[in-house]
Amino acid sequence: MIQFDNVSKTYPGSSGGLREISLHIEPGEMVFLTGHSGAGKSTLLKLTGLLERASRGQVWVNKHNLTRLKSRQVPLLRREVGMIFQDHRLLTDRTVFDNVALPLVVTGVKHQEIRRRVQAALDKVGLLKKARALPLTLSGGEQQRVGIARAVVSKPPIVLADEPTGNLDPELSREIMELFRQFNQVGVTLLIATHDLGLIQPMEQRTLVLDQGRLVKDQRPA
Amino acid sequence: MSRRPRKTGFRRSFRPAAWLSRHAQAFFASLGRLARRPLGSLMTLAVLGIAIALPLSLHLLVNNLQQLAGNWDGAASISVFLKEGATPPQAAELARHLKARPDISSVQHITPEQAMAEFRQHSGFGDALDLLDSNPLPHVLLIQAADPNISPQQLKILLETLKKQPGVELALADMEWVQRFQGINRILQRATALLALLLALAVLLIIGNTVRLEIQSRRDEIEIIKLVGGSNAFIRRPFLYEGFWYGLLGGCIAIILIGLASLALQEPVRHLAELYQSNFRLGGLNLTTAALTLGLSILLGIGGAWTAVTQHLGRIDPSN
Repeated sequence: MIQFDNVSKTYPGSSGGLREISLHIEPGEMVFLTGHSGAGKSTLLKLTGLLERASRGQVWVNKHNLTRLKSRQVPLLRREVGMIFQDHRLLTDRTVFDNVALPLVVTGVKHQEIRRRVQAALDKVGLLKKARALPLTLSGGEQQRVGIARAVVSKPPIVLADEPTGNLDPELSREIMELFRQFNQVGVTLLIATHDLGLIQPMEQRTLVLDQGRLVKDQRPA
Repeated sequence: MSRRPRKTGFRRSFRPAAWLSRHAQAFFASLGRLARRPLGSLMTLAVLGIAIALPLSLHLLVNNLQQLAGNWDGAASISVFLKEGATPPQAAELARHLKARPDISSVQHITPEQAMAEFRQHSGFGDALDLLDSNPLPHVLLIQAADPNISPQQLKILLETLKKQPGVELALADMEWVQRFQGINRILQRATALLALLLALAVLLIIGNTVRLEIQSRRDEIEIIKLVGGSNAFIRRPFLYEGFWYGLLGGCIAIILIGLASLALQEPVRHLAELYQSNFRLGGLNLTTAALTLGLSILLGIGGAWTAVTQHLGRIDPSN
């Protein structure tokens, strides 16, 4: 589903980035990505979601070779990859409903269909009653769940999450993780970057550890 | 929208209904955004309206002048002024003599008394003219050349001949005036074209700049739309429609301005025309010109928006 072949990413004038990463994530896997800040977690997610391109090596996502992808095909790839961010990246002047509907609107889904699917996604994250609210009137945990609903509303085969629980207390964080597990159970491939080891240990899932841009550990549950 | 799904591995079907509904949505949403900040939109539209109205009004002026020149009976008319002291019989004799020439079709004799009466009536110097001891005006013979399309060279020869006639002080051709008038008209036409070009550029820049500001104020939105897989066309569309609305509404304002201006000018022009015993009427904007103006301003609007969007869209990227 996600494959990196000797991928490096360098930034001019910076020691960050990735160094010769090779990894393979099968369809339906739920994988955690961990390491210190600056270890390259975000970079790896950005290369997968095509927010950035690799300096060297090849990245494959859902059978597409991202190295060869033309810029006008980038939106098509992003429709197959739902992305969740620590800072949520919501439109503050639109309602929760409109925010979640956005991935469907850009692909031209019919109105009735949009309503049905947005309601289903909001129901899933427990925010159906807040559909008419503006994001800034919601708590941090609720905003993150809006972001999650937006990432899954178009039913993408792959969901990436960059520190999705970064600003949340342990209780809320566990709820979010439980949501991810439920998505995984219906076949979604998940790649979740987090530095919160205490949160991911009880999940018993495959864990990739990055250190200074290198993949130093690929731990599978026994 | 032809796609080659095999090669890229992306499935993408084209559905006309969805395409139409997306356009309709952008069409009305962009109008809604203009309406949501009415003051700013109105000011921009007023500037656009004035910029479009300026060359348009000059164009109308040239058109009217041309119509005026067309009303001129094409035949060259020559005024022959006789020397001071010429008697009425002498003038009448010369008139008869000239009328016999084959290159002259008609001769009208205006006596000093007639000229004075006409001058008194139209000049408004009536009282001042009473102070004159004697009538200073000469006998005038108004001559129409036989050939209505007489060339300037031939006219010059005729003028020379007339000047050599006994008792003639001066021979002047109105043709020169018409030619100068047309010369001026041509300059005005050229100036109109230049002004139109400059102001079209101004309209393009104004709309481009307005759309650029709009793009910057919606930077976050564009980034997020890119994140969730919105194509460049999807992002571009509302801005192009915004340009469309600016063009259309700016053009409408220009046409309204021109309409008001010609309404205000109608009466004085009619009055002036009456003074010249002319039935000339101020020509306003006809339907073709109005439609052309709207079409062009819409094109400029979309063009301005397009340049702004293509310039800035690439720079707004979610990875930053």
